[in-house]
Amino acid sequence: MTQAARTRELIPVIGLEVHVQLETQTKIFCGCSTDTADADPNTHTCPVCLGLPGALPVLNEAAVEMAVKVGKALDAAIPEQTRFHRKNYFYPDLPKDFQITQYDNPICQDGELEITVEDSDRLIEIERAHLEEDPGSLKHAGGSIDQAEYTLVDYNRAGMPLMEIVTRPDFRGPEEVRAFLEKLTEVLEYLGVFDADRDGSLRVDANISMVSADAVAEDDSIAVATLEDTNRTEVKNISSHKGAQKALAYEITRQRNAIRRGRAVEQETRHWDESRGVTVSMRSKATEKDYRYFREADIPPLRVAGWKEQISIPELPDARRERFGTEFDLSDETASKLTATKAVADFYESLVGQFDPDFVATWTADVLLGELNYRDRSVESVDRKAFADLLELVATEAITEKNGAEVVLRSMLDDGAHPETIVEREGLGKTDADAVATAVATAIDNHPEAVADFHAGEDGALNYLVGQVMAETGGSADPQTVNQLLEEKLTS
Amino acid sequence: MTTETVNADDVRHVADLARIDLEDAEIELFEEQFAEILEYFDSLDEVPAVDADEELVNVMRSDEPHESLSQATALKNAPETDDDYFKGPRVS
Repeated sequence: MTQAARTRELIPVIGLEVHVQLETQTKIFCGCSTDTADADPNTHTCPVCLGLPGALPVLNEAAVEMAVKVGKALDAAIPEQTRFHRKNYFYPDLPKDFQITQYDNPICQDGELEITVEDSDRLIEIERAHLEEDPGSLKHAGGSIDQAEYTLVDYNRAGMPLMEIVTRPDFRGPEEVRAFLEKLTEVLEYLGVFDADRDGSLRVDANISMVSADAVAEDDSIAVATLEDTNRTEVKNISSHKGAQKALAYEITRQRNAIRRGRAVEQETRHWDESRGVTVSMRSKATEKDYRYFREADIPPLRVAGWKEQISIPELPDARRERFGTEFDLSDETASKLTATKAVADFYESLVGQFDPDFVATWTADVLLGELNYRDRSVESVDRKAFADLLELVATEAITEKNGAEVVLRSMLDDGAHPETIVEREGLGKTDADAVATAVATAIDNHPEAVADFHAGEDGALNYLVGQVMAETGGSADPQTVNQLLEEKLTS
Repeated sequence: MTTETVNADDVRHVADLARIDLEDAEIELFEEQFAEILEYFDSLDEVPAVDADEELVNVMRSDEPHESLSQATALKNAPETDDDYFKGPRVS
């Protein structure tokens, strides 16, 4: 194959290691609180997570339960027995000089997650998912990591429970990676084991190589030998769905250009620099052997395969989306919007019994989520009872939809006032029929030129008159009724 | 039985992983000492077989927060600190 043909037909092959923080109350091996958001540095530590001599780690049962839930949701096997290992490396973020993690026998094995990209479904295989502790966090005093004179270490994060989810190299492009991360975090939030809003709760490493299109088989698989023969880079420091897509798009272009210019892609670790939008070589030489993994003798093995049956998990997003579609007769798009987070789905489902399902769907998925998005707020911050009262006002036509959405809802979200109070304060109660009729008559009397235009068949004359009536009634009249009334009057 | 020998490169590699700088003379010294330490393991072959204790499994604690150390206590034994932090060497 010519070089040109080779570069033209290169296809990216991507695998992910996704680190997510589990939402436990305490760290994974000690009782230090995980609530460190506003804490001063080094105020959430103890002999265990500081790695003081003689301290003994004891595994947090809640972290294991969450891992089993994740395994269940990913349709993974929970082996009869699973154990912990020490991964040895010297770096100031590790107080013990080793990280307790899982090596040859992780708690979740051989799972899968289905994603949808551009209307086609793809099954991503999960090789493994294991439990481990987070290292501490570092500040490089004096600017960048290269120029720092020394390092400041905060061990509040040391020992936070992490789950590392490792996929097979099943991704063929950045869009698939983004779709996977969105789906994965959605599932984890449904399980109640993950909080996307927590700072640093998602960290992604991506392995990426470029293979010839010829190497991809009919069923989209690629021979193991081909992958082993192809140099790949590991891109670290990705912390968001969007970041993953951008980092991978960059790295694909970089590798493609290198190959096009006849240069080899080095097998190396690269750092995603979010602010500059580039990946840079980290010159790291550590190989797996250098980590000198050995069994963590302080933590006895786990035998929790039976927990898979005992622990129940909630209905997951796909199932709920499908049920919403059939049970409430919603479009795929609306059902997807309503089930994207468990909180929104719960919110919708708590209101759907009181009103027409389609009406609640529009008001939740389109109106409410739009206003919340604009304010960077979540549905948890909405007073459900007040929102239901607003829907009642609209459903009974006590106020217009427009006023309900643009005045009452906004005011309700911004100053927390009750819908009834706002309606009264703003004088939004629909004007009674007499008042509308009077306003219509007034508009006709006061604007003979518009009336003449209307009779001359000029477009816009009627709209102009509707506008006059609406102004007269302070916007509280129903525009459609006004339209109808005007037409009747003018043509009678 | 220990059959592998430890050479100077092994010592350098291990020192490198541990971020320790060694002089040539020290490398020679540790080469010998490494070999001696590994020989100790040979004596394990002479330990008579005993029944293993029944293995513990599923040792876990409930997810209840305990009080942490104060910042002052946590930092007390650190060789170097800087305000609220442990202070370490530059890393790159």
